[in-house]
Amino acid sequence: MTQRSTLSHLDWLEAEAIHIMREVAGQCANPVLLFSGGKDSICMLRIAEKAFRPGKFPFPLMHIDTGHNYQEVVAFRDQRAAELGERLIVRSVEDSMKRGTVVLKHEGESRNKHQSVTLLEAIEEFGFDCCIGGARRDEEKARAKERIFSFRDEFGQWDPKNQRPELWSLYNARSHKGENIRAFPISNWTEMDVWQYIEREGLELPSIYFAHTRPVVMRQGAIVPVNVPLVSGELTNLPKAGEEIIDLQVRFRTVGDISCTAPVESDADNVEKIVLETATTTITERGATRLDDQTSEASMEQRKKEGYF
Amino acid sequence: MSAQVEDHGLLRFLTCGSVDDGKSTLIGRLLFDTKTILADTLSAITKTSEKRGMGAVDLSLLTDGLQAEREQGITIDVAYRYFSTGTRKYIIADAPGHEQYTRNMVTAASTANLAIILIDARKGVLTQTRRHSKLASLVGIPHLVVAINKMDLVDYSQATYEKIKADYREFAAKVGITDVRFIPLSALNGDMIVDRGDNLNWYDGPTLIDILEATPGAHTEHAEAFRFPVQYVCRPQDSANPELHDYRGFMGRVESGSIKVGDAVTVLPNGLQSTVKAVQIGGVDIGSAFTEQSVTLLLADEIDCSRGDMIVKTVEAPAAVKEIRATVCWLAESPLDRARTYLIRHTTRDSKAKLTGIDHRLDVNTLENLPADKLAMNDIAEVTFKLAQPLFVDPYLENRGTGAFIVIDESNNNTVGAGMIL
Repeated sequence: MTQRSTLSHLDWLEAEAIHIMREVAGQCANPVLLFSGGKDSICMLRIAEKAFRPGKFPFPLMHIDTGHNYQEVVAFRDQRAAELGERLIVRSVEDSMKRGTVVLKHEGESRNKHQSVTLLEAIEEFGFDCCIGGARRDEEKARAKERIFSFRDEFGQWDPKNQRPELWSLYNARSHKGENIRAFPISNWTEMDVWQYIEREGLELPSIYFAHTRPVVMRQGAIVPVNVPLVSGELTNLPKAGEEIIDLQVRFRTVGDISCTAPVESDADNVEKIVLETATTTITERGATRLDDQTSEASMEQRKKEGYF
Repeated sequence: MSAQVEDHGLLRFLTCGSVDDGKSTLIGRLLFDTKTILADTLSAITKTSEKRGMGAVDLSLLTDGLQAEREQGITIDVAYRYFSTGTRKYIIADAPGHEQYTRNMVTAASTANLAIILIDARKGVLTQTRRHSKLASLVGIPHLVVAINKMDLVDYSQATYEKIKADYREFAAKVGITDVRFIPLSALNGDMIVDRGDNLNWYDGPTLIDILEATPGAHTEHAEAFRFPVQYVCRPQDSANPELHDYRGFMGRVESGSIKVGDAVTVLPNGLQSTVKAVQIGGVDIGSAFTEQSVTLLLADEIDCSRGDMIVKTVEAPAAVKEIRATVCWLAESPLDRARTYLIRHTTRDSKAKLTGIDHRLDVNTLENLPADKLAMNDIAEVTFKLAQPLFVDPYLENRGTGAFIVIDESNNNTVGAGMIL
């Protein structure tokens, strides 16, 4: 048998991501891994297992919960953290609202961008010097230029014109007290890579990633789920007057705050079918499914400058 | 036998040129012709093209990233783009071409295995062509492709193509660039990118995508010594699991070479020797590992080893040095201060460092070596640093992983320099 001397693209991406996580562990005193229960962060947990087992992860997991998350995802989040035996911290945008640090413009406003405030409060509370996140450069234009190790000032701000040069795989995670590094181990992955990795590793996902039937309305060309039960049992995303509710077979390509995540029509009910569908889709992940990114061409850049992940 | 399509791994490449050479159009064309651009992105750039009063869809808009740049109409930083042909995944590093952005090009080049140097067929070999080529060779990119673009604007003239090729060869010979390929293109019309088109029938070489598909990935071309900088040490000490009591896993990425169970190794700097007991990923034995794999090594003897140390094969240890000569590209707005102490980060090891001399500075336009007593942003020079701690180095051109370092300014923690050991 001859030894393979070239890694497959998934092996290469995995090896790079492991290397990045270990750099965080080696360079930072008090890092945290952001885990939402979404597909990208599920891949991150597998990478962390490959990076650190048989040891424990050298960081806790943390979720910034908007309070508007799908029940299935929240349940999955808790179950996965328990299976791994790792510590999960949950900090909630609703607590920030109670403290008065988050003020919604109106009750129905998406809480997605307000996660930044709660995240910064949690960073301060625990003294985290690095947050590891599952953002990818292919998701969005402003991300295409972000570093793998991205420096944020005391206010969590990202300055696109003042980033540290990043050469070879020599990462600079140094920061002063109060400052913060965001590290993105799967920067170089695409949506397709993520699905291929999920397939190869046989990773479990929350059920809403697979085709299922749910009540929706069509709003400005997007499929908007309605009457979605929250963890509390209360229904959210109520239909507006005059909207027609239809039962549609859909799946989510990306999972976030209920108020700003739209599903796509699909009959892909397993990972293999999703990989096929991803290979032949004609719409980008965010274009199809993130209602909040459509507001302005540069809206992600704007939010990142304000401390968003 | 597996029914799956072959996986040729991943290739990282760099495009050098300015907006005027059609670089953004070339990237847009690669993404478009490999079906990477999806309908909504296309509709967004179609809208923008119309808004700007352009007749056809401007593919270059795909690579215009940030608001600030869109306002200025230039690319000011390195952007990364992705596409796949089904058999191979590609990462494009897109760096702007202007002289003041030398640092961006060096950054983009640092991870690339191939560079596409764009030439405008109407203009031929320019100062910036020479600058880009020199930088690409300095940063050790093994494969150069000179793409003579805008052939549509010179009536697809073979004579023009041959003339530019001859001019480039003459220059390349002078600066010692030997491995270079040429290709005529029209990025605008898509000739010779993915499809051959009907306009360049006199050219019988491969298309651009054929060249990319056939280029070897990193580290497959020559045998290298085993280098394993330790990133992290795993000591689980799980009281519930006595088997893990003595577990000491040295975690890192194989920067070069290969390792297998039973190999004799030495830990640097302490020089202690042992043999490899296990090679693992995530606690699972895999027996051996090669370049670019992130693994955990277990040794037969309990010896002292921590982050910043390097595990090497006993028979091929690198040099331990306390002084390095290197080509340095200065990245920061504040110039290199000879009086100050900097931090050098090499593999997983840091050392305080002080500049002891500047041999000469490279004028990136004339490619002449000039005397210099300071280094400002975008300057490239051969320098000597004195180190507080020994580093275990190989010459950069033999080993990028153990030949490269960055310089950090401890006052603000910025990365201020990039170095390649001579």
